[in-house]
Amino acid sequence: MNSEDRADSGGPVLETRGLLKQFASVNAINYLSIAIPKQGITSIIGPNGSGKSTLINVLSGTLPIDDGIVIIQGAAMRAILPYQSPSHGVTRTFQEVRLFNQMTVWDNIMVVLTERSVLKSLFEGNRPAYQSRAKELLESVGLWEKRRDQAESLSYGQRKLLEVGRALAMDVRIYLFDEPFAGLFPAMLERVTQLLEGLKQQGKSIIFIEHNMDLIRRLSDYTFVLDSGELLAEGPVNEVLERPEVIEAYLGT
Amino acid sequence: MLDGLKTNSALRLLAAAPIRARARLGNNLELLINLVVILAAMLFMLYQGPGFAVRIIQLFAIFAILAVSLNLVIGYTGLLSIAHVAFFGIGAYTVAVLTTNPAYEQVPGHIRYFDWTFFAALPVGMVIAGAVALFVGGVLSRFRDDLFVLVSVGFAVIVHRVFLFWQPVTRGAFGIHEIGKPTIGGLVIDGRLEFMILSLAFLALVLLVSWLIVRSSFGRVLMAIREDKQAIEVFGYRTSMFKLTIWVISAMMAALAGGLIASEQTFIDPNSFLLLESIFLVCIVILGGLGTLWGSLLGALVFVLLNEGMRFLPFLPDALVGQARLAILGMLIVALMLFRPQGLVGRFRL
Repeated sequence: MNSEDRADSGGPVLETRGLLKQFASVNAINYLSIAIPKQGITSIIGPNGSGKSTLINVLSGTLPIDDGIVIIQGAAMRAILPYQSPSHGVTRTFQEVRLFNQMTVWDNIMVVLTERSVLKSLFEGNRPAYQSRAKELLESVGLWEKRRDQAESLSYGQRKLLEVGRALAMDVRIYLFDEPFAGLFPAMLERVTQLLEGLKQQGKSIIFIEHNMDLIRRLSDYTFVLDSGELLAEGPVNEVLERPEVIEAYLGT
Repeated sequence: MLDGLKTNSALRLLAAAPIRARARLGNNLELLINLVVILAAMLFMLYQGPGFAVRIIQLFAIFAILAVSLNLVIGYTGLLSIAHVAFFGIGAYTVAVLTTNPAYEQVPGHIRYFDWTFFAALPVGMVIAGAVALFVGGVLSRFRDDLFVLVSVGFAVIVHRVFLFWQPVTRGAFGIHEIGKPTIGGLVIDGRLEFMILSLAFLALVLLVSWLIVRSSFGRVLMAIREDKQAIEVFGYRTSMFKLTIWVISAMMAALAGGLIASEQTFIDPNSFLLLESIFLVCIVILGGLGTLWGSLLGALVFVLLNEGMRFLPFLPDALVGQARLAILGMLIVALMLFRPQGLVGRFRL
């Protein structure tokens, strides 16, 4: 990924223009236009059903775009194929943890490190470079001791951490975290917080969805508030959370 | 504080004990199953004599190639294919058509003869099966899960019909006789023992290739596709290409088994390639265990033993043996699914 050289130029890292995503006749994302800043941690908040997860699903190609365009690092797209999202510099975690359950913790990390080309991957073994990277990642999420366990045997928090670790394994520019903190014990929560801040220090762009106001205040540099698939407010986090329409949207649900 | 820690870790050890005991029991049970199956096979063959043993091992080699290759698709990639018999048949028919001796022709009319050698025809059969798989795989990749199963059934049925009705090439229901025997140098492999050795050699090759595949990065991606296709796709893998590749490789392996059996039996007709055979193959793979190559070998062995062994059941009247075999096989599958859904030595669920 040749993203570092573009890192310091201004402008948004990720932009949507008139983005539409419909489910049946409901506009889950209603002609949304936002521009996510290049630096730091951006949070997306909003009541349930406001389209936060849908937005991440669309940005990562998990759901197709119905209308509008997405501009990722300057490249405008009307459609994003899921397997192309890493080459656009995007990776993600899922709201409902989606691990490779009947594979070991080790293989869950290894599988995203290896060769993407079919032919090359057929002739590729466990390269030492992959192994040391996998070890490093598993240690950073505190699952090194569990490496031989099946992913499905992990506790909820551990599964969540493994998924964060799997996203960190991707050397990309933009990290989309869909509620990475939900249901975590304080110790684990602290670990994920540090991992996100570590990413920020590396100059990556982090976008996360969260409901916990303390975490949002503590972590995010910039915030978007969505409501019914539309942008309700945006700006620096403390300023946005003071706005009456934001407070109302939250209290209203 | 220190005391508390100690009690804590002791408690944790204690709590983990049943889990470890169960794991050990599980391993022992697997070992026991292995021993029982292999011992039964050996005793049975000893009792029935060398001729029978050769036949059993010959059949085992063919079914093992089929099961191992099908396991790559079902067990590793999670695609429940009932189409395997079609590729098996394509391999068999290609070898049959290309190597049959025209002197024994039974079907009147314009039929072309090729009179190739076995070892020239076998790779052609594999390539044709691979090409068909590539095309069919493109169509199949549009379907998910249950629909995939149905469409694969449709494909197997179509191929069987082609064997039955494309008379100028396949001789239809008459079948093809006098299929050529392999020759290596000046040596014609027509003895049963020699053919068994050849089949085992091909089985070893298929096993080696399969083992290399499942141990590679490619193999790991296949398993991830089985677990969550959408999730692995987001990490940059074009899963349709991975699925298509293993699908074609597996089809070529099945065609290899087909070529072998055509030459070994010297006669084939469309009835050897019924949908039922595919279902048996799926049963063998599930019986042995999804996602384990060893399990497929074991499953093939159990299947061949049951299939051949039940001829000798003393309390069954001859007329019923054929029917009873299928019924007993069916019951065994049901029982296995109830009590050991992961298969004899498997670990995965579909």
